[in-house]
Amino acid sequence: MRPDLDIIQHWIEPGSRVLDLGCGDGSLLEYLKREKGVSELGLEIDERKIHACLEKGVNVIQQDLDKSLANFCDKSFDTVLLTQTLQAVSYPDALIEEMLRIGHKVIVTFPNFGNWRSRVYLSFKGRMPVSNFMPYQWYDTPNIHFCTVKDFDALCRERHIRVMARTVVDHKHQGSWMIRQWPNLLGETAIYHLSR
Amino acid sequence: MPSPFPENSVGLVTPQCLHFDEPLVLRSGKRIASYDLMVETYGTLNAARSNAILVCHALSGDHHAAGYHKESDTKPGWWDNCIGPGKPIDTRKFFVVCLNNLGGCAGSTGPTSLNPETGTFYGPDFPVVTVRDWVNSQARLMDRLGIAQWAAVIGGSLGGMQVMRWSISYPERLRHAIMIAVAPKLSAQNIAFNEVARQSITADPHFHEGRYLEHGTYPKKGVMLARMVGHITYLSDSAMREKFGKASEELPSEAIKSNFGRDLRSGKLSFGLDVDFQVESYLHYQGERFSERFDANTYLLMTKALDYFDPTVDYDGDLAKAFEHSQCRFLLMSFSSDWRFPPERTREIVNALLKARKPVSYLEIDADQGHDAFLLPVPRYMQALSTYLARVSDEVNR
Repeated sequence: MRPDLDIIQHWIEPGSRVLDLGCGDGSLLEYLKREKGVSELGLEIDERKIHACLEKGVNVIQQDLDKSLANFCDKSFDTVLLTQTLQAVSYPDALIEEMLRIGHKVIVTFPNFGNWRSRVYLSFKGRMPVSNFMPYQWYDTPNIHFCTVKDFDALCRERHIRVMARTVVDHKHQGSWMIRQWPNLLGETAIYHLSR
Repeated sequence: MPSPFPENSVGLVTPQCLHFDEPLVLRSGKRIASYDLMVETYGTLNAARSNAILVCHALSGDHHAAGYHKESDTKPGWWDNCIGPGKPIDTRKFFVVCLNNLGGCAGSTGPTSLNPETGTFYGPDFPVVTVRDWVNSQARLMDRLGIAQWAAVIGGSLGGMQVMRWSISYPERLRHAIMIAVAPKLSAQNIAFNEVARQSITADPHFHEGRYLEHGTYPKKGVMLARMVGHITYLSDSAMREKFGKASEELPSEAIKSNFGRDLRSGKLSFGLDVDFQVESYLHYQGERFSERFDANTYLLMTKALDYFDPTVDYDGDLAKAFEHSQCRFLLMSFSSDWRFPPERTREIVNALLKARKPVSYLEIDADQGHDAFLLPVPRYMQALSTYLARVSDEVNR
C-alpha cells in the first residue's frame, strides 16, 4: 500500500461510509472495505481504473470531479477522501468546500511543491521541476494547481476549515523530527484531516 | 455429428410452456384467471439453487434470448452476444432464465391467445399489463422453479425497468440489479414517439378495433410504420451516417466522402415518390420483417407498459424513497449516443440510489450505436458485465 494511504487509514472509523474522489484502481477502498468494513464508493473517470474497481468489487461511479458534485447529499458520508488529486482539479478550493459539505470529515493528501528539491531545481536550473515524483513536463502535466504546505494552511485559515491533524512525510513516507520542524521544506507529501 | 453452432453458443435450446392457475390481479384492477408463460433456460442450477439469473426482455424481445431453436436457424436469440459459455452471462457458472412476458406474442398468454371466457382471441380485450404485473408473474415463475433468490436480475431498456421494479417490490429476492440503457420513467418525448407508433397501428384500415384476427386480416402497414419510427429512435445520427454512408468510400472526390449516410439505393434520384435512399429501404425492410413476427395488439400493450412505468408512484414521486428498502447491489450502464434514454436519464436513477445510500456502480460507455448499443457487443460494455458477473459468480458458487 502507498505509505500515505497507510497513514490515513488510521483516521477511518470501522463501519463508516467512505467516498474516495478520484479513487484510481480502488486499492484503498478495497483495503478499507476488507479491513474496516466500510461502505465504500469511488468516483473515477479513467475507464481502465473503473474496470479495476469492478474487478475488486469496489463500488465505483464514472463521474468527473471538475463537474458538479451536487448529486451528493449534505453529510451523506463520514469521510470524503482526495488523495494526490488536489493539484489536478480545476477548482481545488471549491472542491474542498464541496467535500466538507458532503462529508463529516475530509482527508486530503497532495505533493508539497515547497519541498527543497523543487526549490533547488527551480533555483539552479531555472526550469519547472521534473522528478520521479513529478515526472511531467510543464505542458503535459495533469497537475495544474500545485501548492505548498504553507499555501494550504493559509487556505484553511481563510476558509475557517478546521485542521484536525496534519502529517507531512518524505519520499520514504517517514515523519522524522526534522520534517516536523520544517514541514514545508522537507516534506514531500502533505496529509490533512479536516472538518468544519 | 459436429455441432453446427459456434463453440461459445448455448447451442440448441427448447422453450417450455408453464401453466399458472392462480389468478393474477393486475395493477389496473383487472385479473387474468390463468395464464401460460413461455420460458427458456440455459446452464444448470447449482445445488444451493443460488446461481440463477433472470434476464428481462425489452419491447420487442421474448424468451428466446440465446442459442438456436433448430439447426437451420440463421440467427440466434436476441441476446446471444451476452449469454453463453465464456460470455458475460456465463452459462458455465449461471442458470439463466428468460421468459416471454404476459401480453407478449411469442407463446405466453397475450392478445393472440384464446380467451377462455369468450372462446375467441383476446385481441383488444387483453388487459393492459404493467411492469409491476410482469414482475409479479416473474416472481411466480421463480417460485415454480424453486429459486428463493436471484443471483442477479438483468435487463436493458424496458427490461431494465423490470429490474428496477424487482429491486423495489421484492428487495430480498435478488442479490444484484443490473440495468442497462434505462430511465426512471418515460419523458414526454418518449411517450410522443410511442403515441405515433400506436396511431400508425390503430389507423390502419385492417386494424378493425383490434379484432383483425377474427376478420382474418392484419394491420401490417401500421405495425411496419410503428416499427420504423421506433427503429429511428434506437439508432443514433452517427450510427445511421455510418451505416448508410459506406459507398462514399468509393466516391472519387474528398469533398463528398462524407455524404451524411445519404447513400442512394440505385445510384440516381427518381424524382418521384419511389425509395431513393438506402436508409429508406432499410427501414422498410426492418418494418416488414418485424410486422411478420410481431402482433399489433402486443405492440400497443408494450408501449403502454413503457408509458405507464413510474416506480415513484407509491412514494410521493420520490425515487430515492422507492429504493429505501432495496437490499441488492446495483450496476447501471448507459451509452453516450443513446438519445432515447440518454446517460443523464440513467444518472437520475444513480443519484436516487446515492440519496437512498444504496451500493451502486455506474458506467457511461462511449458507443456510437445509440440505444441499440445495449444489444450489441460493445467491448467495454461486455467487459464490464463480464467482470462484474465474475464476482457475482464467486459469491453464489462457493
